[in-house]
Amino acid sequence: MTKEYKTIVDIAGPLIFLEKTEPVGYGELVQINLPDGTTKRGQVLDTSADMVVVQVFEGTQGLNDESGVVFSGETIKLPVAKDLLGRILSGSGEPLDGGPRIIPEKRVDVNGASMNPYSRRPPEEFIQTGISTIDGTNTLVRGQKLPIFSGSGLPHNEIALQIARQAKVPGSEEEFAVVFAAMGITNEEAQSFMEDFEKTGALERATVFLNLADDPAVERIITPRMALTAAEYLAYEHDMHVLVILTDITNYCEALRQMGAAREEVPGRRGYPGYMYTDLASLYERAGVIKGNKGSVTQFSILTMPGDDITHPIPDLSGYITEGQIVVSRELHRKGIYPPINVLPSLSRLMNSGIGEGKTREDHKAVSDQLYAGYAEGRDLRGLVAIVGKESLSVRDQRILEFADLFEDRFVRQAKDEDRNIEDTLGIAWEILSELPEAQLTRIDNKFIDKYHPAHQNAE
Amino acid sequence: MNGEIYRVAGPVVTVAGIKPKMYDVVKVGHEGLMGEVIRIEGEKAIVQVYEDTSGIKPGEPVANTGMPLSVELGPGLLESIYDGIQRPLEVLQQKMGDFIERGVTANGLTREKKWEFTPTVSKGDSVKGGDIIGVVQETPNLEHKIMVPPRKSGTVEDIKSGKFVVDETVCVLSDGSELSLMQKWPVRDPRPVGKKLSPTKPLVTGQRILDGMFPVAKGGTAAIPGPFGSGKTVTQQQLAKWSDTDIVVYIGCGERGNEMADVLNEFPELEDPKTGRPLMERTVLIANTSNMPVAAREASVYTGITIAEYYRDMGYDVSLMADSTSRWAEAMREISSRLEEMPGEEGYPAYLSARLSEFYERAGAVHSLAGLDGSITVIGAVSPPGGDFSEPVTQNTLRIVKVFWALDAKLSQKRHFPAIDWLSSYSLYKDRLAGWFTENVGSDWNELRDNAMDILQEEAELQEIVQLVGSDALPEDQQLTLEIARMLREYFLQQNAFHPVDTFCPFDRQYKLLKSVSRFGEKAIDKMEHGVPINKIMEMESKDELAKVKYEEDFDAALETIMAKMDEEFTKLGGN
Repeated sequence: MTKEYKTIVDIAGPLIFLEKTEPVGYGELVQINLPDGTTKRGQVLDTSADMVVVQVFEGTQGLNDESGVVFSGETIKLPVAKDLLGRILSGSGEPLDGGPRIIPEKRVDVNGASMNPYSRRPPEEFIQTGISTIDGTNTLVRGQKLPIFSGSGLPHNEIALQIARQAKVPGSEEEFAVVFAAMGITNEEAQSFMEDFEKTGALERATVFLNLADDPAVERIITPRMALTAAEYLAYEHDMHVLVILTDITNYCEALRQMGAAREEVPGRRGYPGYMYTDLASLYERAGVIKGNKGSVTQFSILTMPGDDITHPIPDLSGYITEGQIVVSRELHRKGIYPPINVLPSLSRLMNSGIGEGKTREDHKAVSDQLYAGYAEGRDLRGLVAIVGKESLSVRDQRILEFADLFEDRFVRQAKDEDRNIEDTLGIAWEILSELPEAQLTRIDNKFIDKYHPAHQNAE
Repeated sequence: MNGEIYRVAGPVVTVAGIKPKMYDVVKVGHEGLMGEVIRIEGEKAIVQVYEDTSGIKPGEPVANTGMPLSVELGPGLLESIYDGIQRPLEVLQQKMGDFIERGVTANGLTREKKWEFTPTVSKGDSVKGGDIIGVVQETPNLEHKIMVPPRKSGTVEDIKSGKFVVDETVCVLSDGSELSLMQKWPVRDPRPVGKKLSPTKPLVTGQRILDGMFPVAKGGTAAIPGPFGSGKTVTQQQLAKWSDTDIVVYIGCGERGNEMADVLNEFPELEDPKTGRPLMERTVLIANTSNMPVAAREASVYTGITIAEYYRDMGYDVSLMADSTSRWAEAMREISSRLEEMPGEEGYPAYLSARLSEFYERAGAVHSLAGLDGSITVIGAVSPPGGDFSEPVTQNTLRIVKVFWALDAKLSQKRHFPAIDWLSSYSLYKDRLAGWFTENVGSDWNELRDNAMDILQEEAELQEIVQLVGSDALPEDQQLTLEIARMLREYFLQQNAFHPVDTFCPFDRQYKLLKSVSRFGEKAIDKMEHGVPINKIMEMESKDELAKVKYEEDFDAALETIMAKMDEEFTKLGGN
């Protein structure tokens, strides 16, 4: 279908309304030819026998009723090939690195189909990130979607990069392929990602999609879908283990809200569209492992919580879909602790299936629970100390208070290039736990205490 | 009657020329996507489509089936895994691979398997709707009763016995209607029952805080609201695993794919504590994950409850878990906003409250049409945005349900699981079930439980003082109260769902555990009154050992040893 329509009757924000077209498919890709010879792209949002609504990706500047519209007859597709690795593409899949266009093995619909839950294999392969607060207390597994909930000005990018550098499955030599999708981040931030990728040689096994802060917001809606389509292709057709980093989900949601407002939809909470949960799910749920297939898609998205508010709709809806969250804390950051991960609100839902005997170590779960319980109580006591002073605490409480400090200083804090293996992490955990009276270790079975507690080790 | 598409906007499609009835199922477009008529405007009908509509164009054909959305009910439901509109996921995988494409239809019940049918009526018997005409052994432990569909009756003209597939005729009635092993039922209509009864027995779940503190009755309704990460899904899954019902219907409504995979993986491995058979044999799973079409998500809850009602009609106890009803409500909201309906609170449609109460009302203990007693217990998870219980779905749910298990993020951060807040949760069945507890658990059970609750209440008040002055400043008797409360929390209320022994705690263990803590309390108070200082009591080893008795395989022996030691230690403490 190459017919060009010049029947635009209305232009509002990123939307154009056309009359008198042949039947047009819902979700079809559209090319718009401007009078000055430039072209823009868009997608059909609403189609009826009388009127077609098109959302324009690059914004509607310069559009008028003289512009021509060509319907492609197909939905948005990404040309995929193994050559995607090592490439830098725009947010809508055009090469940015001066390299040739991708010679496609095939073209895949970017919306993807939903994975049949019956075909999924429960994720259970432990990924060692080398960061104690993740490996020890919020373990990541292959096929999981675990976002970082952060705030403006916090070192979430450094953490994401450290994970991308260090992530491995112990005992397997395969490296992760990285698919990186930037949505509305600044050029500066993008540069630092790219520099790090180049420096560490990670770019060779990475595909980068860049939609920067000054790129059209509407394009942001397809950028993560492009990235996930590439990831699924590499994982399920080339048996690769793919780590997808999407940053920043908050910018994506802003774009979604902008579109909703342009379409005059009934807004949900804080003006975000009512279907945002479903929309986010269509991104996050594209992580997983398939029975009988070697590859995997693991998602590590970054989300900056507006005003550090975890109840804001963006982190809130995300948290309901993702399999946990890693929460970066401003308080720890101010104390100069890197990585400033607050384990208390952090969670990995798939942790229990990725740890334990034969995976990490038999005492892992018990140790992690004990760390949580001790640290939570210690933090509560800090509030009390501020009022009554340390002296009026019982001896037991004073030791718990000290434990909380040790936990932050020894377990949480590590260097940006420090790659701790799981034995190191659990070793540090036992060292600090041994500062507590043994009778207080109620979460740990006695047989593990006998086997791993430093006091018992020395006795032998 | 055939028509054509006028307009496509996401899952909402406007169709001209089909003259449908409300809620008729239609096949949309060349690919025949399934949809349901949800509004009629003059010549046009508005259809919600259960599958993705990308690429569908105005002008494509639409066919009306003339039937409302229905499920197939008959042998073969158990052990099945369905999507929201009863398509078996296993069949979908065979037909289209690991990703769900569209336009594929699949029967809810397999037409390949032959079932051994044994009639229980003979020629000339007169039967009415709901009566049992024969049985099929569906699983080793479940006798599936074949019933006359509710609105039929007559005299048996012909009845067969032998092996049949579900749609073969096994019985002919005098009015000429042919009955097979299977019947169809529209999901949005509750199946008729003889009489609704008031529930008198608890649903035993093996979860101490639920059974012990906030019990739900068989045939009752409960809600578990909680912010993300507070353990809704783990609690729901624990209930699905350990509830003492004959049938479990688990609806994964708009939740995570990996969680469903986990259930699919785990349930065939786990044993039903009552029968020793794989749990899967008593389970029907409905998995409509968050990225599957939103209209099918809206339907999934109805599909689930209709299947539950069908088994209740046979006189079975059924428990139904819906995880999460908030996703269901959001699906309603999404469709409502595409229809440009006037929104109610927070964008939810004005009929939200009515839909929720209609759904929960389908629970209950009943006397079925066939005269058998059965029940459906509905347990709905609620996912309030930001963990704020004042939002519409939580509030409307609380107006209906009788049991409220409030999950608390603070508790889960401390890894206190199940993170159910004992201060704000409640059960309105406590009094009604008191008699059952006295008879079956222990004559002093109700008292023990109320005392424990009192101590926990008192702790909450004391904690406020402790926050200001520290615990050492409290008088000794109050310090002891705090210690007993801590024991109740850590030893009794906390339960590890992932521990092989602790995951399921039968009532007699719950009783003994609570009794032991209470005995410690009584003796400690007695000693203190006789001048023994608190720090001596706090140092007792047996008190700390009691913490881990719940993990012991040989619970009784371990408890006995500890209690003997406790008596000894108390004697040693002396006092005047």
